[in-house]
Amino acid sequence: METILVLAHVEADGTLGRPAREAIAAARAVREGLAGSSLVVGLAGAGAGAAAPQTASCGAARWLAVEGPEFGEPRYATDAAAAQALAEAASAGLVIAASTSRWARTLAGVAQRLGGRVDTHVTGVAAAQGKVAVSRWFYRQRMEAEIERAQRPWFILVDPGCFQPWAGEPGPVAVERVAASGSSRTRFVEYREPVSGEQTIRPDAELLFVAGAGWTKKQPDGKTHTEQAGALILDFLRKSRASLGSSKSLVDLGSEGHAVLPFLTHMNQVGQTGSTPRHPKGLATCCHGEEPHVVGWRFVNERRAVNLDPNCGWAQGKADVLYVADAFTVMAKVDELLG
Amino acid sequence: MQSFHIVVCGSIVPDPLQTLEPVVNSPVPSLKNEMMLPAVLDPWAAHALYEAANLARQRPGSKVWLVSLGPKAKLQQVMMTVAQKAPFELVALDGPSGGFTDASETAAALAEAIQGIAGLDRSRLLLFGGWESASRGAGATMQMTGERLGITDQFQGVDELEVTESGALRILERVEGGRHQLSECEGPPVVLGWATGNLPEPPNNPQVGMANMRMVMPALQRAKPAKAGADGLTYRSVKVPSQRRETRVVKDVPAEEIARELVAWIRNG
Repeated sequence: METILVLAHVEADGTLGRPAREAIAAARAVREGLAGSSLVVGLAGAGAGAAAPQTASCGAARWLAVEGPEFGEPRYATDAAAAQALAEAASAGLVIAASTSRWARTLAGVAQRLGGRVDTHVTGVAAAQGKVAVSRWFYRQRMEAEIERAQRPWFILVDPGCFQPWAGEPGPVAVERVAASGSSRTRFVEYREPVSGEQTIRPDAELLFVAGAGWTKKQPDGKTHTEQAGALILDFLRKSRASLGSSKSLVDLGSEGHAVLPFLTHMNQVGQTGSTPRHPKGLATCCHGEEPHVVGWRFVNERRAVNLDPNCGWAQGKADVLYVADAFTVMAKVDELLG
Repeated sequence: MQSFHIVVCGSIVPDPLQTLEPVVNSPVPSLKNEMMLPAVLDPWAAHALYEAANLARQRPGSKVWLVSLGPKAKLQQVMMTVAQKAPFELVALDGPSGGFTDASETAAALAEAIQGIAGLDRSRLLLFGGWESASRGAGATMQMTGERLGITDQFQGVDELEVTESGALRILERVEGGRHQLSECEGPPVVLGWATGNLPEPPNNPQVGMANMRMVMPALQRAKPAKAGADGLTYRSVKVPSQRRETRVVKDVPAEEIARELVAWIRNG
């Protein structure tokens, strides 16, 4: 019989975030596939106990909470102490959590403390005939593996966006308080918004707009038009509410002292050394190159591209539609039509 | 001025431009022609190394070690380039560098190697690495290595490290929604899993390269065999997804028409 602990940290407003509810959905799926297994909810945070009733109908047998203001701060020492205490109190064989920045920072270390193992960036879980398997990608989203583990506890961090979030009625629950060390040499100072002041990364956006290095190259008149490119892109982002991605080469140009789009940072970078965001649609402009882009676009469903090379290795066979046209002209018209 | 002992953990990965194909003919899968593939220092670990070298340059008395686990021959090939980028002392471990090995076993090998570094002052230790690798991509090895060394102040997705006048460390980590989290730690020892940071790749410096290579070759000769497998881990399948799409190429069409089609596509959910 397997005990499945679903770990979640409570948000500052006392709620459980969407990633936490996705983790609950994953944990429920595992429990349903493992006869005789039980589900335990473990919450950490300033108001962890008060948040527990939100999960009343998720099918858990127990509710555990590590709470106190010191556990509201996102930092390794206290998050690890809370997760360790919850896993030990639950005697968990499987620990499932969302791959938030807090748990991604922490749970591998907790697995080490408890003599267990960890798998991160999990995109699927399956349980049948007493066995659990998870799917995850290797080599920067180039190949997908399905794996099982013999060791316990097995920490499984599920990537946000891979499971339909669990939703259920709140109700009264009996919360067991668990003690954990709240000491740390680190203190949380603040969150910082992008330096550009322009919100260009929107993880929940329908559309990912990727700007390639072509935007900063010489145009038919023999000159670069970086300012115009920046204005067109920002106008498009404001009107479409798209999230902005960038190729590595375009971001690198800035650190090498070339004229670049001032609102782009490494945070916008998708691909081999950037992120692999999940969006229903993606529009690439002025992008070239092949494998690194495939990595960045792995989880973008519908893909279109605008560039001047009909044989572009990135677009051919990777995009659904390739528009062979000047992106400056096309995007100016698009901005106009979006009003 | 406070000085640091900076240990950078960084392995080698296939050049990102290579096409990769898995081979599943043993308990731990591998890549087709893995030993033939050109390799590079793992990109995020490389950023960690550049940040380490930059910090050490600003802090006289600091020293940088690069602890690298990989097949000795491949390490030698990669070090020919990496050694020209920044001054460091190599601690080489001869073992597999593939992505299908388990993070906990890699961490065990790295921690043992770090514990064996002569003259390392753990009270001044900054343990650097990439926040994820371009192979396993788990973002787990650094935390586990840190835990094995008893370091419980850890940071991942780091883009900036500032040392204050009082010796505290102010660290900027990537978090959700394109934001950064700023934290302050009293001081070393800490684990920092670097994202891209803010520094460009340093140009090749032949003088640095020659100085490094005097230490690199003996380090490679001394490289201890390291076991890094995947005990208890079973790969049911490993496959490259079908990626070929039927691309509709639209050319010789006015920009207005393309724009209309794009806007309709964007607006239709």
